[in-house]
Amino acid sequence: MRFSGLRVLKEGLTGNKGWTPHWRNPEPKAEYDVIIIGGGGHGLATAHYLASVHGITNVAVLEKGYLGGGNVGRNTTIVRANYGLPGNSEFYSHSLKLWEGLEEDLNYNVMHSQRGIINLFNSDGSRDAAARRGNQMASQGDDAQLLDTAALRKMLPYLDFDQTRFPIYGGLYHPRGGTARHDAVAWGFARAADQRGVDLIQQCEVTGIDVVDGVVKGVQTTRGPIRAKKIGITAAGRSSEVAAMAGMRLPIESHVLQAFVTEGLKPMIDTVITYEAGHFYISQSDKGGLVFGGSLDLYSSYASRGNLPMAEHVIESACTLMPAITKAKVLRSWGGIMDMSADGSPIIDKTHVDGLYVNCGWCYGGFKATPGSGHVFAHLMATDYPHPVATKHRLDRFRTGVGIMDEEASGSQHNLH
Amino acid sequence: MRVAGKGQIDQSTPISFSFDGIQYRGFAGDTVASALLANDIRLMARSFKYHRPRGVLTAGSEEPNALMTVGRDGATDPNVRATVQEIYEGLELRSQNAWPSLEYDVMAVNDLASPFLGAGFYYKTFMWPRAFWERVYEPIIRRAAGLGALSGKKQSDKYERAYAHCDVLVIGAGPTGLMAALRAANSGADVILADEDSVMGGRLNSESFEVDGQAGADWAAGIVAQLREMNNVRLMTRTTVAGVYDQGTFGALERVNHHTSVRDGKAPLETFWRIVAKQSILAAGAIERPIAFQNNDRPGIMTAGAVRSYLNRWGVAPGKAITVFANNDDAHRTAMDMQAAGVHVAAVIDSRSNVQALGDYTLIKGAHVCGTTGRKGLETITVRSSAGTQSISTDCLAMSGGWNPTVHLTCHMNGRPMWREDIASFVPKEGTIPNMTVAGACNGDFSTHACLGAGLEAAAKAVTALGKTPVEIDMPQAEDTAYKMEPLWAVPGKGRAWVDFQNDVSVKDVKQAAFENFRSVEHMKRYTTQGMATDQGKNSNVTALALLADATGRGIPETGTTTFRPPYSPIAMAAFGAGAEGKGFAPERKTTSHVATIEDGAPMMEAGLWYRPSYFPIKGEKTWRQSCDREVGYVRNAVGVCDVSTLGKIDIQGPDAAELLDFVYTNMFSSLKVGRVRYGLMLREDGYVMDDGTTARLSETHFVMTTTTAAAGAVMRYLEFVTQVLRPELDVRLMSVTEQWAQFAVAGPQSRELLNGLLDQTLDNETWPFMACGDVSISGVQGRLFRISFSGEHAYEIAVPARYGDSLFRTLTAKATEMGGGPYGVEALNVLRIEKGFITHAEIHGRVTAFDIGMGRMISAKKDCIGKTMAARDGMLDEDRERLMGFKPVGAVKQLTAGAHLYNEGDEATAEFDKGYLTSVAFSPTLGHFMALGFVRGGPERLGDRLRMVDHMRQIETIVEVCDPVVFDPKGERTRG
Amino acid sequence: MRLPCPICGERDIREFYYQGADVALNRPAPDAGDDAWQDYVYLRDNQPGEHRDLWQHESGCGSWIVVSRNTVTHEVSGAKLAKEIKRTKA
Repeated sequence: MRFSGLRVLKEGLTGNKGWTPHWRNPEPKAEYDVIIIGGGGHGLATAHYLASVHGITNVAVLEKGYLGGGNVGRNTTIVRANYGLPGNSEFYSHSLKLWEGLEEDLNYNVMHSQRGIINLFNSDGSRDAAARRGNQMASQGDDAQLLDTAALRKMLPYLDFDQTRFPIYGGLYHPRGGTARHDAVAWGFARAADQRGVDLIQQCEVTGIDVVDGVVKGVQTTRGPIRAKKIGITAAGRSSEVAAMAGMRLPIESHVLQAFVTEGLKPMIDTVITYEAGHFYISQSDKGGLVFGGSLDLYSSYASRGNLPMAEHVIESACTLMPAITKAKVLRSWGGIMDMSADGSPIIDKTHVDGLYVNCGWCYGGFKATPGSGHVFAHLMATDYPHPVATKHRLDRFRTGVGIMDEEASGSQHNLH
Repeated sequence: MRVAGKGQIDQSTPISFSFDGIQYRGFAGDTVASALLANDIRLMARSFKYHRPRGVLTAGSEEPNALMTVGRDGATDPNVRATVQEIYEGLELRSQNAWPSLEYDVMAVNDLASPFLGAGFYYKTFMWPRAFWERVYEPIIRRAAGLGALSGKKQSDKYERAYAHCDVLVIGAGPTGLMAALRAANSGADVILADEDSVMGGRLNSESFEVDGQAGADWAAGIVAQLREMNNVRLMTRTTVAGVYDQGTFGALERVNHHTSVRDGKAPLETFWRIVAKQSILAAGAIERPIAFQNNDRPGIMTAGAVRSYLNRWGVAPGKAITVFANNDDAHRTAMDMQAAGVHVAAVIDSRSNVQALGDYTLIKGAHVCGTTGRKGLETITVRSSAGTQSISTDCLAMSGGWNPTVHLTCHMNGRPMWREDIASFVPKEGTIPNMTVAGACNGDFSTHACLGAGLEAAAKAVTALGKTPVEIDMPQAEDTAYKMEPLWAVPGKGRAWVDFQNDVSVKDVKQAAFENFRSVEHMKRYTTQGMATDQGKNSNVTALALLADATGRGIPETGTTTFRPPYSPIAMAAFGAGAEGKGFAPERKTTSHVATIEDGAPMMEAGLWYRPSYFPIKGEKTWRQSCDREVGYVRNAVGVCDVSTLGKIDIQGPDAAELLDFVYTNMFSSLKVGRVRYGLMLREDGYVMDDGTTARLSETHFVMTTTTAAAGAVMRYLEFVTQVLRPELDVRLMSVTEQWAQFAVAGPQSRELLNGLLDQTLDNETWPFMACGDVSISGVQGRLFRISFSGEHAYEIAVPARYGDSLFRTLTAKATEMGGGPYGVEALNVLRIEKGFITHAEIHGRVTAFDIGMGRMISAKKDCIGKTMAARDGMLDEDRERLMGFKPVGAVKQLTAGAHLYNEGDEATAEFDKGYLTSVAFSPTLGHFMALGFVRGGPERLGDRLRMVDHMRQIETIVEVCDPVVFDPKGERTRG
Repeated sequence: MRLPCPICGERDIREFYYQGADVALNRPAPDAGDDAWQDYVYLRDNQPGEHRDLWQHESGCGSWIVVSRNTVTHEVSGAKLAKEIKRTKA
């Protein structure tokens, strides 16, 4: 079924009886050309692009819970292409371009909203760093503007420019940045993949990866063994667990990141704002909730829930930066499991096992990467060569020291990225 | 309408308040909801999506409908629950999400369009044309978003955060919680008893039950009075325990002052508590669930328990002709209580066939309410039974689909509740929260007797776990009625039957989601927005998932629940982050020269948590550059004074101190002579540069290390790591002495002359050569002197105990001024170091190696050090890496900018041709042009080359020449002079 | 979350700095080879469940401690001074 305004109108007039399931509930087949482990955003996107770009449709996505139940369903929905380092810069630029055509590609409204992102900075040094990053973006063909406080006062009059502990020096503005409706992204990819014949298999946990003589043969699952010629791991915070099934140890530590939403309020914040001094970011959803987050809780965790110190710290940033919003009441806080890589940048690569591919290390930036990640991972799995915008995301960069992309410049301590 | 002789509130104290500009009267103890109902106001709000007229549904914090805005300007609180807000004289409330008025809301047109606005409709449309989403569709959707509005002004109320510790935290002060607290306290435990209500007693205040022969509310008041007398008990009313965290930590919100008009700044409006408890007892009660039937959302339809609350606690009858619709015995008591109070009960409709009336009222058995009329207030209900369909006039329908135990807090640590078929509800699974005992209604025990007993047992368990002996407490007499119910989630039939009231989610929406294969409960929630409103599904989630289970042909237990997340009820950000407004966000560190510097009129800038002067303006100077250039001149030509106390200072002592330094620095320190200073470079274990600084050897076993301001904390922590984790065999002790010493740079050709007029000894080049250090005294004060330079000039740093810092700074600057110099700030310091190619964290920004900054040879071959092995990887030594060089403008544009990128002349300024970037830029008054440090691919190989510098951000482009990073006095003669 | 500092007793995690897995206790010899160094600096077991990690009681006594902790439940089963662990190994 094709979705459209006309369709909504027609169904509305006929009692909404003609809608069909978004996807099938297939039984797993004995064998696939490709198995994707993990039915989150990246896994579903990979399946979609395998089918739509490479014509590989004999594909299964195995998900131990429900589709889109990982970080794609519990993030702060920010979409941007404002990275400073070569490697990441071109990759996210590519991803943003895919976002810009995603609704047409998927025939699904993911509510990608290019309402702009402003990264505030709080010192001369960080202005220079922002300029350097902005120049990288511009040289990549993306949009960036360095704003001074006069411009910011006009755009964000509710910020505290005068009393805050770390005064605002300016902001790096990325007009094409914005947000998207996170669940819809997962559903849109799922529906599109399903329509091309991909089997989306929920409640199917992978319990083992079969490797014979260094070649991958299939997986063991809670719904029985399934053979496959190629297997891709897109398991985010659970990547280490899955990789261990193939005898791999990854440069990944899993950490909890909390996020928050307030009760619905009439629109006030019409862009995405980030605050460097407190590592805080906020936007307002189309439903009116202020959606915000900050740093990791900083201890390794698989609990997908956090503790008070970081929750309070995140909200302290709001108190100092925008005291005009703090009457808003926090409605819900949640946590996701982040695959924190050793340099803060992702890994999209083959492994030492023939036919086994890994896509992980997205830290807490995975959401905006969803189309890009799926696109380049599908390319890698289909062709065995990295996509031109993802040549640097190699697994062996830590061994060789070549191409380490330490965006936060904090070194090999996983939780500092 | 108020019912004479009913209720527990003080009806002798009238209070006036306003709602939407109209004055009403209530009594002390009224909530907004009870007072408005007493004034026969039923329409209180509009729903979120369809703007349907709504009244109050509940009598507690779970209220989904009656949300209002309180206060004005910076004291505006949106989305305040009328069922929680107590009235006070002059309280002003405004309705929300309605325009032009609550009564006539144009957006109610959405309700007519609802066939087109069902679950998830927006995912299927608004895709064409592409540009319309941001320009047309989304603005329309956004305009409709939200319920209340923020004022747009700076928050002006006072909030606080606090800590509390106890042996036993009892959450909820109903019969269960009161008994638990009483026994735990009498057994000698430190007890905190917290309840979200303003009055303790829980349902006892809402029911007509007796306990020990007293009215339930009176009995509760008696227990509370006993507890109040005990020193080991803290009673916290109006306090919602909202979140459970690890190791017995709880987050709680106390609404300290919302119930008064006093805003004198003394008491906070709210306090956010972090409570740490060794044991906890959850006695949070239960929440009654509505039944879904067509138009079950009319103002005047509320839960049966809420109707009893309004009558028994507040003396308010929410209608003149009451009807009850239920699937359980409990709700029949609403009819009994109403009749006893002389209020007309039109009928009780019970979905069960096998049921007896408890009193003298009309009972319609085996029947459903299948429709209602009265858009802005209930007028009639339609009842369908085997006898046919009838219409009954009523202005208040009390409905009850049974009770849901308030399991929320037991699920905050990923626990899931379990289904109990007999009560058709979820109850907590044991052990989901360590050291928490769950008791009473929240555990599925609904009779007063059972609750009282469960409270006693829970206390015994908690007290025993604490190693104390529980004392015996007499069990009070109370009703022990069996809870009889048969599940009824939704009445079959046409039309829209509401499940999630606020978000306007109907039975149809849930079914449609299931049909579209959103079968997981999480999918259904997210697709329909069920349970995502401000009540987080407290009133509706169980019903919705029962409907989903039915629609998907599964059982309720296997359908499961969505995740319960903190906070239990919403918490203002201002409370959650109280104290962080303005400068409260982070501590302020001030050097000993801070006061003198401010007196001098110097603007301060932040350096981490520290404040440092940018520059010291003098009369006639209009720009910072003028001041900066002058201050650079002080140092180059006379003498300048700068406070450098913010640099980290670490005292390192012990027989193995030198060995430690050899291990943490790339270069050798064991060979450093006593009385000498050496520059050191520190790597992280991954081979990248961590920090740099100078370290002085004061004796064989005593060093003082200097770190950069930014890395002071990290380096101290790292040294502790090395000495405790990597090399615990080293006999060495560390102490951060950053704040113990005030340290000033005295720099410039006349620096020695200045010091010689000040010190109790005389310096000369023989005894105090470059990189010498040692003890000195200044007017008898023992200090330390280091002949080091960050400016390239003949310079010293002098350190004295911090208490002499202010005095020494004033003395130094006065003397410098006499000699044609003076104080200089961070701007001048930066220019001076750029002229000399000295690096800061602008260069060693975390992604550079020693090789990159031309210090590869500082990694000693004679020893191991942190980072040495990883720094030797191929990729770290690639000649084509971006390496540190100096840059000067040679194009038409003479300005350079930090953050600009570099390209070969003739190449496009695009990423594929990128050759590097500038990190630090200054105008050098000494050389008369801009200077920069930066990184360029190939580094020294590009010496003398011309490159394009492009700064898209500042729209500046020029040509630069690659030069040595050290442009001023490359041989260092001035430093040694 | 609260951690049991062997010196100070149970304290809120606000007082602690987290570094990561306790691999740091076993720094390889400089000539241990690429694998050993990559393992030490970058790779992590990172399996859910029982875990030993390094923290510093930075705002307290300054001790570096090894905490035994379950990364799924956040249950803390104990903590030892890092230098004591090193000493008993030596």
